[in-house]
Amino acid sequence: MLPIRFRRLAAAAAVAVVGVGALAACGNGGDDEATSGPVKLRFLSLAWQKESLQANKDLVAKWNSEHPDIQVEYVQGDWNSVHDQLLTSFEGGDAPDIVHYEASSIGEFSKQGYLADLKDLIPADLKGQIDQGVWDTTTFDGQVAGVPFLLESQVVIANKKLLDAAGVTVPPADGGWTWDEFQSNAQKLTKSGQYGVAWALKSPTNRVLNLALNYDGKFFYTDGGKTEVKIGDAEKEIPKRIHDMLYTSKTASPEALGMSGADTLPGFFGGKYAMLPGSVSLRQQMVEQAPKDFEWVTLPPIKGLSANQAANPQTLSISADSKHKEQAAQFLSYFLNPTNMAALAKGDWLVPTGKQANEELVKLTEGKQGWDVAADSAADLTVAPFQQADGYPEWKTKYATPALQQYFANKITLDQLASQLVDGGKQVLR
Amino acid sequence: MLGKPSRTGRALQYLALAAYLIFLGFPLVWLLSTAFKPPRELVQLHPALIPSNPTVQNFVQAFTEQELGRAAWNSLQVSLASAVLTVLVAMPASYALARFKSKLGTVALGWVLLSQLFPFVLLIIPIFLVLRQAGLANSHAGLILIYVVWALPFALWMLQGFVRNIPRELEEAASVDGASRLQTLRRVVFPLLAPGLVATALFSFISAWNEFFFALVLIKTPELQTLPVALARFVGIEGTARLGPLAAGSLLATLPSLVFFAFMQRRLSSGSLAGAVKG
Repeated sequence: MLPIRFRRLAAAAAVAVVGVGALAACGNGGDDEATSGPVKLRFLSLAWQKESLQANKDLVAKWNSEHPDIQVEYVQGDWNSVHDQLLTSFEGGDAPDIVHYEASSIGEFSKQGYLADLKDLIPADLKGQIDQGVWDTTTFDGQVAGVPFLLESQVVIANKKLLDAAGVTVPPADGGWTWDEFQSNAQKLTKSGQYGVAWALKSPTNRVLNLALNYDGKFFYTDGGKTEVKIGDAEKEIPKRIHDMLYTSKTASPEALGMSGADTLPGFFGGKYAMLPGSVSLRQQMVEQAPKDFEWVTLPPIKGLSANQAANPQTLSISADSKHKEQAAQFLSYFLNPTNMAALAKGDWLVPTGKQANEELVKLTEGKQGWDVAADSAADLTVAPFQQADGYPEWKTKYATPALQQYFANKITLDQLASQLVDGGKQVLR
Repeated sequence: MLGKPSRTGRALQYLALAAYLIFLGFPLVWLLSTAFKPPRELVQLHPALIPSNPTVQNFVQAFTEQELGRAAWNSLQVSLASAVLTVLVAMPASYALARFKSKLGTVALGWVLLSQLFPFVLLIIPIFLVLRQAGLANSHAGLILIYVVWALPFALWMLQGFVRNIPRELEEAASVDGASRLQTLRRVVFPLLAPGLVATALFSFISAWNEFFFALVLIKTPELQTLPVALARFVGIEGTARLGPLAAGSLLATLPSLVFFAFMQRRLSSGSLAGAVKG
C-alpha cells in the first residue's frame, strides 16, 4: 500500500482555500455607506423598452445634475426575477431605496412591512393628479405602498384594410363597441383563411378578470373579514362570450389560445386575424414591426354594462429600511411630475395615471398612433377585488389558469369551470 | 464476429449523424439568423432562415443600452477565477478521497452528495447575510467564492472518478524508482489526470458563466454585473422580449464558452493510459 502523507495533501487544499479567501479579501465590494458627502439613493427600475429605458436614464441624469446633494444610482432590474430579487434584499436588509414594481405585487411586501407608507411623504399636488380609484390599487390596510404611475388598459388593435373591406366602421376614441357589436363585427371579418379575432390566452386569468369588470364580475367577495370566490352570471359573462367566439360563431382563432400577445403578431400582419384584443402597449410593436404598407388602428375598450377594467398600475415605492425616505420622496415628486410622467408613459406606450400628464401626452402625440384611445381608456380603470385578495397569486397559478385553459380548449363546461374556480378559492382562502 | 457495414448501412449512419448535428446546431443557427434580422423580419408569418435585409443594429443596441462588453468582461473574470480555484481545491481533495480509505472519506463523500439536495433559493438569504457580514456582498470576490463552493461537490465527485481510473501500480512504480510523493503526484498523477482537470475546469467555467440568480441578488452595482443579468433585461413582462438585441447578446454570450471548449477539448481526449499497465 502507498504511504499516507495526508498532511501534505491537506496543506495543498488549505493553500487553495486560502487563495480563495485572499481573493475574497481583496474584493471590490463592501456596502458601507459614506458618512459624509451627498445622500445616495439606489433606484431599481424595471424599464426595458428602448425608449422607456432612455427616458428613465435621462431623467435620473437630469436630477443628478440639478441635485448634487441627492445622487440617484440607476439600477436596472428585470420583470421576471424582480420578486425574488426584492424578497432577498428586503430580508437581507439591503433593499434599494426606490423600487419600481406593480400594484398587484407590492401588497404582499407592504403587509410584511418592507415598504414605507407614502401617505405623508408624497406632496399634495402629486396626490391630486391621480384618481382615488387608482390610489386604491396601491393602498393596503390603510397604507399607501406605492405611487401608481403607468396604467395598462385592454384595447383592440385592428387591421384597417380588413375593416374597410368588410364595411366595418372604426368607432371614435370615446365610444367603443359593446360586446355584442364586437362579436357581430368579428363575424363580418371572418371568412375562409381569416378569423375576425385572435384571443391570445396563454395566461388567461388576468385578462379574464380584468375584462370581467365590464359586467361587474368581481370573483372575490369579502364579507365580515372573510374573502371567498363566487361565480355568478356576472363572472361567467366574459369567459362565455370568448368561448362562443371560439366554438359557436367560430370567429376567433383556436390556434391563438396558447399564444402570448406578441406571438399573434405574425398572423395579424399576415392577414390571418383582423383584430387583436390586447394591451395598449401592443401599439409599440405595430410601430416597430408592422410591414411598411400595413395600416392599423386602435379601437377603444369593449363595453359591457360599463367599460370598466381592472387597473394594475406600475408603481414606485420607497423601502421601509431606506435611511433617506424624504429625499427619495423628493426624487419621486420630480420623477413623476406631469411632464416627466408623460415622457415615461410615452416610452413604455402605456397610459400615465396623472391627469395633466395624460393631457400633455395627447397634446405631444396629437392623439396619433392610438394615443387618443389610450388616454381616454384611463377613465375606466379602477381597482378590482382580486387585486386586494391575499391568496390571488396562488389561486391564479394553481386553479384559475389551468381551469380557464381547459374551458377555452373546450375540455370542460362553464359550470365545471365555475366549480373549479370556487373550489380553488376554498383551498387558497381558508 | 461483426462484419464490415454495407454501403447502405454506412450511408444511413452518416445520415443519422447529420440529422443529429442539425438537431444540435439548428438553435445556434437560428440564433445567428435572428441576431441579424431587422424588427420587421422577426414577426413574419413565414420566417426565413436568411435575413433579407441583414443588420448589425441589434448588436449596436445590445452593446450601447446594456453595456454588454463590460458585463461580458465581468463574466469572463469571474468564470475564469472560479474555474481555476475550483480545480485547485478539487484536485488534492479528490485525490485524497479516491486514494485514502477511511470512514471520514465516506462521510465526506456522502455529505458532498447531500449538499446537492438543497435548492439554492433556500440558501440565498443566509448566503447573502454571511457575505454581507464579511464585506463580500456586491463584489466579484463574493461571487467567485459562491461559485467555487457551488461547483466543488460535483467537481469532487467527477475528479475522484478520474483519480480512481489511474492505476495505483503507476504510482507504486514511481515510488520504487525513488520518486517522492510530491514528485509522483506532479510527474505521474497530474499529467494523467489532465482530462479530468479539463472537464472540471470546463464544468466550473460554464456553470459560472451561465449563472444568473446569485449574480442578480449579490451584485448591486451596475458596473459589476455579469452577462446573464444584463441579458435578462431584454425580456419584459409576461414573456415579451426584445428579440433582436436579445439574440445578438445571447450569440455573443455563447462565443466564449465555444472558444474555451474548443481550446480545451483536445485535452479531453482519452487513451493516454492505454497500455500503461500490462495484464
